[in-house]
Amino acid sequence: MNTPQRLSVRNLSIEFGGVHAVEDVSFDVEPGETFAIIGPNGAGKSTIFNLISRLYEPTAGSIHYGQQNLLGLPAHEIVQVGIGRTFQNIELFEQATVLQNLLVGRHAHMQKNPFSNFLFLPSVRKSEIEHRRRVEDIIDLLEIAQYRDERISDLPYGARKNVELARALCAEPTMLLLDEPASGLNNEETDDISFWLEDIKHDIGVTLVMVEHDMNLVGLVADRVMAINNGQLLAIGTPDEVRDNPEVQRAYLGVAE
Amino acid sequence: MEYLFKTAYNDDIRFLAKTGEKVRVAIVLVLLLAAPLVLQDYYLAELGLLFVYAIAGIGLMILTGHTGQVSFGHAAFLGIGAYTHSVLLSYGVPFTASIIITLLFSGLIGMALGRSASKMHGFYLAIATLAFGILIETVFGEWASLTGGHMGFAVPSLQVFGIPLTKVWQQYLVDLLLALLVVWGAANLFRSPTGRSFLAVRDSELSARCLGVNVEWVKIQAFGVSAAITGLAGALLAHHLTYLAPDVFGVLESLKLMLMIVVGGLGTILGAIFGAIIISVLPVALSFFKDMLPSSIGQTAGIEPLLFGLIIVFVIVFEPGGLYGRWMKIRFFFETFPYYRKSSFVRQKSYLKTERMR
Repeated sequence: MNTPQRLSVRNLSIEFGGVHAVEDVSFDVEPGETFAIIGPNGAGKSTIFNLISRLYEPTAGSIHYGQQNLLGLPAHEIVQVGIGRTFQNIELFEQATVLQNLLVGRHAHMQKNPFSNFLFLPSVRKSEIEHRRRVEDIIDLLEIAQYRDERISDLPYGARKNVELARALCAEPTMLLLDEPASGLNNEETDDISFWLEDIKHDIGVTLVMVEHDMNLVGLVADRVMAINNGQLLAIGTPDEVRDNPEVQRAYLGVAE
Repeated sequence: MEYLFKTAYNDDIRFLAKTGEKVRVAIVLVLLLAAPLVLQDYYLAELGLLFVYAIAGIGLMILTGHTGQVSFGHAAFLGIGAYTHSVLLSYGVPFTASIIITLLFSGLIGMALGRSASKMHGFYLAIATLAFGILIETVFGEWASLTGGHMGFAVPSLQVFGIPLTKVWQQYLVDLLLALLVVWGAANLFRSPTGRSFLAVRDSELSARCLGVNVEWVKIQAFGVSAAITGLAGALLAHHLTYLAPDVFGVLESLKLMLMIVVGGLGTILGAIFGAIIISVLPVALSFFKDMLPSSIGQTAGIEPLLFGLIIVFVIVFEPGGLYGRWMKIRFFFETFPYYRKSSFVRQKSYLKTERMR
């Protein structure tokens, strides 16, 4: 599957010991659009991502990517369907180099036979070089060439964010789930991110779904926004529509008594 | 100071990039090949044993250092290798076939252990592997009809392709050859997808999973590869011991293997080799110094475990990177002379991780 598909989430619910973290949420993400999920802390934004990535098992509902029923797949096969992701708290392989991290990003496309790997047969070398070339394209795109051989544990925070984005792109996803791509970044770095997100969208043509608190970034890049609170859907629409929605304002600012 | 100018993707794949590395490896290889001409049999045998422990260390290193799965029962695989190989030899199976069967058999047992351990973390994994080690040791003791039980089992003499290799230098060369093969293979593993998925599972199971790594299967593979290599070490060890007894492969031996990789430096193949050097040199050095100490100290039993314990404490406190970490610093000091500063190797603090999921 090399073209973006529609992501359809229907009546999705999950409970953690009686707490309804996500309750009866339905939405569609159209191919090629940029879709943002906003909401106060603990609203269930990351939980939705973890449900799509199959890290959590929903108590009810369905998730389809095109014709593919995601709930029938284990977590490690989600990337083969074309859905990649980043994490809120950067989950890089700390003791490995940037290059190794990016090559793991291509894991889903690689032949992994321990015996031929142990002997490093010519075919293994050939495929390594091929994957290395693909990785280099992403390195170019995100301008992280100067970090190529650095260990992650030596990198500053902003660079780690970029590397994580690069690693997700190395899997050649058609849909990318970005969990707070701008958290912890300064204004300049946030501008860079919004620039790159546009680039990624136009150059590679992936659908972007992001959880984000920075409303400026959301306003800049998002085509549609979904607001949730306490696990329930508040509003879906253009960034302006959602911002003006009274329910959304109440969730963020509280109710005037 | 040498700067690497890379012009092809192959430059990233090559093992020995810098001239210094090439020269060092060449010197070591020549010295090892020339050793039989120079060394007395006693020291040559010790050196052969060092290679065997280096193989076992690499086996455990792949599992614990590279995949992050702790094992406190790895001597069991040493034992499985030793007994399988010896029993097969005693039934007249040729050396080469026996080694291959031993590799596969220990690998399969390792995979079975990995299958049951693949959902365990931390303490639970440590306890489970410890229990496995004790269990296997008991099996060796009780299955007397096959292993000779506590009476022991005489290992048939070394014979490759029908040629008897009874001289110390011949056995030394067999050990050296297989050790080189394992070092090369393990290094290959970590420049290819399989090894990288091991590292990925060590550092973050969560993102490994989201990048398409089947975490449970990777753990099973890591246990399998690790057990197979340790089993090979066991088979070679059998020829050094010449007589097998179950208690040789007990908990203390497992701890010795663990000590080896921690002192050597976790997560590197060179670390396992450094660890093997320490393990092999220490008893020899100790017996040398024992005579110089007053007999009240020198002849006390248990001074060797005490020293091992002290070393592990000192390494963890002063050089968590192990001997390999120290070696990197020394190397870096000379390569960047005179720019090295004390802070050159200070790592950044890792960023706070909240909401981590297992």
